[in-house]
Amino acid sequence: MPLDLDQPIHFSRTHRLQWEEAQQKQVILYPEGMVELNQSSAEILKLCDGTRNVAQIVSDLEQKFATAGLTNDVTAFLEVAIQNGWINQN
Amino acid sequence: MAGSIKTNTPPRWLLAELTYACPLQCPYCSNPIDYARYQAELSTEDWLRVLTQARKMGAVQLGFSGGEPLTRQDLPELVKHARDLGYYSNLITSGYGLTEEKIIQLKEAGLDHIQVSIQASSQELNDHIAGTASFEHKKAVAHLVKKHGYPMVLCVVIHRENIHQMAEILAMAEELGADYLEIANTQYYGWAHANRDLLLPTQEQFVKAEAIAQAFKKKVEGKMKIYYVVPDFYEDRPKACMNGWGTTFLTIAPDGVALPCHSARDLPGLDCPNVNDYSIEEIWNESKAFNFFRGKDWMKEPCRSCDEQDKDFGGCHCQAYLLTGDMYNADPVCSKSPHHGVIQDAIDAAAQSSLAANEKPLIFRNSKNSRLLS
Repeated sequence: MPLDLDQPIHFSRTHRLQWEEAQQKQVILYPEGMVELNQSSAEILKLCDGTRNVAQIVSDLEQKFATAGLTNDVTAFLEVAIQNGWINQN
Repeated sequence: MAGSIKTNTPPRWLLAELTYACPLQCPYCSNPIDYARYQAELSTEDWLRVLTQARKMGAVQLGFSGGEPLTRQDLPELVKHARDLGYYSNLITSGYGLTEEKIIQLKEAGLDHIQVSIQASSQELNDHIAGTASFEHKKAVAHLVKKHGYPMVLCVVIHRENIHQMAEILAMAEELGADYLEIANTQYYGWAHANRDLLLPTQEQFVKAEAIAQAFKKKVEGKMKIYYVVPDFYEDRPKACMNGWGTTFLTIAPDGVALPCHSARDLPGLDCPNVNDYSIEEIWNESKAFNFFRGKDWMKEPCRSCDEQDKDFGGCHCQAYLLTGDMYNADPVCSKSPHHGVIQDAIDAAAQSSLAANEKPLIFRNSKNSRLLS
């Protein structure tokens, strides 16, 4: 499923994003599996709440971390995320 | 024994075998052959304590299994406690006895996913293998699981009696809308070991079925995830035993015995500890059983000098014990094992058995057979 740049993105209803105290990491949980996230991936996914599209996620992150030029990295990660079913659109 | 306590990774996966009771009689059941000996079951309070202690150490994936976990009346209470603690909880069920009301009740309690097993793609074969008329109900349950928003995992155990149905099994998974399909080639422990001559497919059957499964995997990419459990008798390297002994997995048997893998109960001299006597932390870090095969000090040749020892940890100790009589041996699945010939012997014996005029019957998993065989 390709990433649609215009559609808002929401985190998958059949996965769970959660902070793991023992690992000091955000993780994605799904049937019989777990993915450990680095901080930037976790920050992106936390913004996937069904109200923002790619451009809005990028601009929120650039604002939050007072930086610019995140478009390529964020888009690349979201492509991976949608392929893995961690996020959905519509 | 090996294993420095300081370097232990915490458990991540807790398999809670709530009961050995089961309405099904699958002849490849992974429960121990002598399960009927272990009548005692942990109380609700015991399970609540175990869940709390393991979660505190870092366990996050939780499987409610059995037997049939639905036979435990306190399941919703355990599920709720698990959710409150932050586990991702998986119900591993035959679907037998699962009603829409129960599916809703468990969802409200916080259950994350339901894995339903189906034994075959046809009613006749499913009901024969399960030893119970259950096929239509299982399909109905699969639909209900989807309807109530759970990720739906379908699990089909593959063996000689159903491997010819691979294409139909995959089509059934697609029709039922499975999000995940676990195609589990039978692993030959417990009941499956006892029935191996009747269950082990030929190489030709396996190769044909695998090609069908791989083509399907491509076709449904992005829609359905396939977990393919390899039939290790047709591999030349062993599976990585439990991702490393005492590194990731913790199984608690119905009577409270803690096991580094769910077959470890059959290994001699491990003195597996019971949660009635020790905390999970003591069990994980200090018990003899969990330190038994930690690290590499236990290894003999060919594992000791093998450049793949960090990849597969010498393979499966239960398999080494079952097939060579010595759990310290390399898993005989490995082509470097001096005992590798026993695998071909097993394949040959199974092939011969399938040609024999009067094939012996499958031994179904039930309490009567358990008592007879133990």
